[in-house]
Amino acid sequence: MTRKRVVVTGLSALSPLGGNLSDSWNNLLAGKSGIAPITLFDATGYAATIAGEVKDFSPENYGIPMKQARRMDRFVQFSVAAAQMLLADAGYEVTEENATRVGVLLGIGLGGLRTIEEFHTRLLEAGPNKISPFMIPMLISNMAPGQISIFRGLKGPNVVMTSACASALHAIGYAYSEILLGRCDAACTGGVESTVSPMGISGFTALKALSTRNDEPEKASRPFERDRSGFVMGEGAGMLFVESLESAKARGARIYAEIAGFGSSADAFHITAPEENGDGMARAMLNTLNDAGVGPEVVDHINAHGTSTQLNDLTESKAIKTVFGKRAYDIPITANKSQTGHLLGAAGGIESVFSVMTLDQGVIPGTINYDNPDPACDLNYMGDGPKKIRPNYVLCNSFGFGGTNGCILYKRFEE
Amino acid sequence: MSVEEKVQKIIMDQLGVAAEEVKPEASFVEDLGADSLDLTELIMAMEEEFSIEIDDEEAQKLLKVKDAIAYVQQNAKG
Repeated sequence: MTRKRVVVTGLSALSPLGGNLSDSWNNLLAGKSGIAPITLFDATGYAATIAGEVKDFSPENYGIPMKQARRMDRFVQFSVAAAQMLLADAGYEVTEENATRVGVLLGIGLGGLRTIEEFHTRLLEAGPNKISPFMIPMLISNMAPGQISIFRGLKGPNVVMTSACASALHAIGYAYSEILLGRCDAACTGGVESTVSPMGISGFTALKALSTRNDEPEKASRPFERDRSGFVMGEGAGMLFVESLESAKARGARIYAEIAGFGSSADAFHITAPEENGDGMARAMLNTLNDAGVGPEVVDHINAHGTSTQLNDLTESKAIKTVFGKRAYDIPITANKSQTGHLLGAAGGIESVFSVMTLDQGVIPGTINYDNPDPACDLNYMGDGPKKIRPNYVLCNSFGFGGTNGCILYKRFEE
Repeated sequence: MSVEEKVQKIIMDQLGVAAEEVKPEASFVEDLGADSLDLTELIMAMEEEFSIEIDDEEAQKLLKVKDAIAYVQQNAKG
């Protein structure tokens, strides 16, 4: 039995680089940084005072009425906004006939942390009877797909996958699997996150995970580079509209790319550190290639997890060498986090959007701030800027706390 | 601001409705589109604004804008 084919027919982005896909992509190619001093709260006295915030976000500009917006955490506002843009980009008309066949499957790492903080403060100050009935529906992660389904009448599978910084790639893999199994014909998928908040920043600071290069925000995120000193928190959403090839063809949809395979794995090693030789990461990449039925020789671009932490970048480089051998040195590898910061649960979403744009546009984005090579990270990280290369296969990597790994292989679409 | 104006403003903010819709005879549910969660939050906002406690039994009787205004006028201190 031949496997169904699953294609990407819509993209949307809400990122530190822009409030939509074209701004985010153009600023990515222009080598701009979305990192700046934190404005969402007063970060005075915090070790890290910089982040990749979505600038000037107003839910009303994305068709979310103020009354509804007030009852959504920022991450849910991002979700609905990104889904509105996604369905418009896909040109997908939701009808009575197709509504039950369209899912919303999103990756979210932390969810409503901002709401928890706000209401915990209110609880301490005003007492237990002053908690809003909207607190729980604001903070639960699955309110993101829930609100999208309510706004757009999408009645298929509606689920959140939570696997830390690999959440979005696992969600895309889940959407891919649901379509392969015929459980739905299409899905809004990807990831969303918004935790630039006092507890979000202080929690990751306590883990020594964040860069404190506060005086040079645009230079703080430097994946694979010698002087990297931790990641910079980002926020936003990256979504893909994925559907069966039959569904896409039946409606004459524009096809950006095909999903060739999905794979995941666990390190079974440590709560926050990757397994030191990168075996878990390598197994996720190999599982993805096996799922796609291809060998490592077909991969001609890698959109790396590349967080700008010492351990991730070193270990990911080792894992890439394990999988690709001598070819590892020739494959262009890019780290979008150098410009967006780390969108946590949404990272694999925004990076998938950029991976698919890379296939569609024939341009591989560069990695900024790659000033001094790290002898231990000796691959081609695209430090000299974007290049007009049209890859055939892009491997997109995400790895998360708990030792969870996920990869998706995107392929240039051909009939 | 009078009690009427304060109550009107709370209703506008909580239910996302325009000033002209908040008439004394308007029903929260039927005319202003409130659901049970909206009503709970509306009551809490009035409690906070006027430093009063509205118990559940009383709250269930506040069906229209004029009911809310009358309740606050009778029960708000100062």
